[in-house]
Amino acid sequence: MKQIINLTINDKKYEVAVDANLTLLDLLRYQLGLTGAKKGCELGDCGACAVIMDGKPVNSCLVLAVQANGKNITTIEGVEDENGLHPLQKAFVEKGAIQCGFCTSGMILSGKTLLDKKPNPTETEIKSAISGNLCRCTGYQKIIEAVQSVSCEG
Amino acid sequence: MSNYDVINSNAPRVDTPAKAKGKAIFIDDMSMPDMLFGALLQSPIAHGKILNIDISAAKKLKGVKAVVTAKEAGLIPYGVSPARYDENVFCHDNVRYIGDEIAAVAAVDLETAIAAASLIKVDYQELPALLTIDDAMAEGAPVLHKKYPRNICAQVNQEFGNFEAGLKESDIIKTTTFKSKRQDAAFLEPQGCIANFDKLTENLTLYSSTQVPHYVQRILSMVLKLPIGKVRVIKPYLGAGFGIKAGTNTMEIVSCLLSMKTGKPVKMNYSREQVFMFGRARHQFVHTMTTGVKKDGTLMALKNECYLDGGAYTSFGIATVYYSGSLLGGPYKLPNMKYDGYRIYTNKPACGAQRGHGGVIARACWEQQLDMIAEELGMDPIELRLKNMMVTGDITCNDFNMSSLGMKECIEAVKDGSEWNKKKGKLPKGKGIGMACGFFVSGAGYPIYRSDTYHSTAVIKLTEDGGTALLYTASSEIGQGSDTTMAMIAAETLGIPLSDIRIESGDTDFGVDLGAYSSRQTLMTGHAVYDAAAHVKQQILEVLAEELNISADEIDIKKGIIIFKKSQPDFSKLRERYIKEHRGWTDNPSADDPLTFKEASRIAFLAKGIISANGKYKPHQLGGKFKGAAVGTSPAYGCSAQIVELTVDEQTGQITIDNMIDAHDCGFAINRVSVEGQMEGSLSMGLGEAMFEEVKFDSKGKIINADLAEYKIPTALDMPPVKAIIVESSEPNGPFGAKEVGEGAIMPTIPAILNAVYDAAGVRIFELPLTPERVYQAILDYKNKKAS
Ligand code: FES
Ligand code: FES
Repeated sequence: MKQIINLTINDKKYEVAVDANLTLLDLLRYQLGLTGAKKGCELGDCGACAVIMDGKPVNSCLVLAVQANGKNITTIEGVEDENGLHPLQKAFVEKGAIQCGFCTSGMILSGKTLLDKKPNPTETEIKSAISGNLCRCTGYQKIIEAVQSVSCEG
Repeated sequence: MSNYDVINSNAPRVDTPAKAKGKAIFIDDMSMPDMLFGALLQSPIAHGKILNIDISAAKKLKGVKAVVTAKEAGLIPYGVSPARYDENVFCHDNVRYIGDEIAAVAAVDLETAIAAASLIKVDYQELPALLTIDDAMAEGAPVLHKKYPRNICAQVNQEFGNFEAGLKESDIIKTTTFKSKRQDAAFLEPQGCIANFDKLTENLTLYSSTQVPHYVQRILSMVLKLPIGKVRVIKPYLGAGFGIKAGTNTMEIVSCLLSMKTGKPVKMNYSREQVFMFGRARHQFVHTMTTGVKKDGTLMALKNECYLDGGAYTSFGIATVYYSGSLLGGPYKLPNMKYDGYRIYTNKPACGAQRGHGGVIARACWEQQLDMIAEELGMDPIELRLKNMMVTGDITCNDFNMSSLGMKECIEAVKDGSEWNKKKGKLPKGKGIGMACGFFVSGAGYPIYRSDTYHSTAVIKLTEDGGTALLYTASSEIGQGSDTTMAMIAAETLGIPLSDIRIESGDTDFGVDLGAYSSRQTLMTGHAVYDAAAHVKQQILEVLAEELNISADEIDIKKGIIIFKKSQPDFSKLRERYIKEHRGWTDNPSADDPLTFKEASRIAFLAKGIISANGKYKPHQLGGKFKGAAVGTSPAYGCSAQIVELTVDEQTGQITIDNMIDAHDCGFAINRVSVEGQMEGSLSMGLGEAMFEEVKFDSKGKIINADLAEYKIPTALDMPPVKAIIVESSEPNGPFGAKEVGEGAIMPTIPAILNAVYDAAGVRIFELPLTPERVYQAILDYKNKKAS
């Protein structure tokens, strides 16, 4: 039995029919074509699937689509605006914070959520904000630098 | 600052804006119309005989389009190295590990495919599961592969110089045994692929998360009996691989087989658990080393005995067992080296190549031993290393040529950068400092299959309007930044801005490139790209010379502008022709503007048609004549030194890494940020392996931590500040002097940590990982010993 849900993703309203066991991640990726959230583990361990739901970062592989009914969601595709890349996205590019890029969507969303709340976070705050986002490529150093560079500007 | 316009800079990578936007396409982001989904049936037992396979119920399930077993797949053996092709697509006689593939299903959706796979009934006769090296080598133990008695998959016995004679001349002799644990590379993107076979044309295209499209193409062609020309392998963006994606995986063949059966695209993916079950990451190594030195610290002899727990198949293992011996040939002057290596088959997933292939644990064992020797000699560990260090031009006892070696510079850089002299032996109790060195190839000197093939080719062609150079290479951007490196080399060589290069890579239709493994692409693909760009440039210069009636030697291209080295000829006619071709354009040059590359290449197009060139590279003849001489040879060697500071809590055994400093000789940094990124990433992977990573099995051979919660890799909170120092030694065999950084940088990390632990707590630990329990126990033993 499918269920109809309504949700807002990146300022756009959607009405979709979903199976009860469909995850938000699969809804985004396979039904709505928003493949920016990545599937790294499907167990809530890696953070590659992170999206922002009502202001909080969540691992979308652990959220059922039906739980997202009525929610407001930002995915990586919604971070850029008409002026181009968000400052944090720009910083990730310029500081070399992206290697394979598989963790990047989640990293940027976690970093952005932190900066939205706390424009001048300490290094420890940055580290804990992204501690649920695994990155095997960078060793995190340049990611932390990228977040810091935006906070100094802000 | 350098004299270059593009390379040696911090240029932002060409692929990262798309990645920052979530728009870069990885394999699981792709789909195709009318696509089917595949699922595997994998063995639930570690070792057994297959008595019967019944697929009838699976076939009957609604939505199932094909079910395949060894009957359909055939029995052509494959693997990584032709010397050990010991895998079949599906098991037909025995299953050899939990996860061994028995059958596969294609169905209209993934749920149906998985359900159907679970309906396949297999009867087994269980055999004893051999889960350790001792079990597998025991008298009377069953044999996993008939041809290999006592389950010795590969054995290497080498001696360079004369170990015993070297030992006789030594004043101090030290023997230690060191044991590591099986790793998982824990790249973030699970393997996946989509195969698309067109029954009409018999063309097969495989999109796959591979580091090596070329090798996958060859294996598909061989196993599926299709001409190479009918097989195309394309790599989308890759969520890293670290070596594990450098061999062909079962899904890559199976999805093709299913697509050939059904005539439809078939998608397959590993779950995270399947990533662990497929394995192919770093082996477990047990090294026993004996080193002899003279009183003055001169290294005289090394004997290295190593056992590798290989798992059920060879994968890269034959190279691994060579590397774990040969890579100790440098960077120290070592006249006598004996090596005995044994890779043993066990009923666990196969191990393979992972960053620092074969050398990481050998290095950890030896660099810790060197510190112990230094202490006994009353020498500073850095002094001991400097005393024995090779320099540019030296040749190792096993015939590796140090055509450039900035090892001394690396050591000095970390020594100064860490204030070693102020800290070594002088830190407060519980705090420690340690150092180690390392050394690695810049690309394997020989392809995996015996061949005279070029290792890399590249094609550059200019758009007819000259504004843009299109660079095609079959090399693999896997996250390390190779696309940017290649684009930068092309831009510098052509003399145009980086933004005027458009690169396409990772597609076997673009030529031959052996792919991303053995830290080879910067040097090898870089050479091919340089070659192609130089030829394109020459063609432009020749057309210009002819048109302007001057010599081509008098002309150059820089930053997209034509440079006339002598007097400036009158090029107004050329410009007129260019402008005539662009009526209505608003950006045409005016009379006093310098002549541009864009104009010149339009003129060249009018003269010759599309301007394009091929570039190619293969290394010169390398290495000695002895058996296995090929493994470890390379046109160049990178090297590095690291210093780690840490704190040991003696009450709990908990280690906190306080900071790390690394200097790496990459020859010449094409992209400085990318070089630093490889160093920082390597250190983090090494830290994880030293501190907590271990794939664990239960008594039946099932992995008990096949997820990223229980298999711990470093998080942001685990990483200390890392200082990465680039050392440039200018390698004569590298393009612009460049050599590797991607793997060598991990070499010193583990031993530097071990040596710092000793400095902090007075204990030597000979088994990884350094869990609090293990460290606490070591401290306790040490205290008890001291007391008694
Ligand atoms: S895919 Fe959701 S946390 Fe890993
Ligand atoms: S960049 Fe590859 S996982 Fe972070």
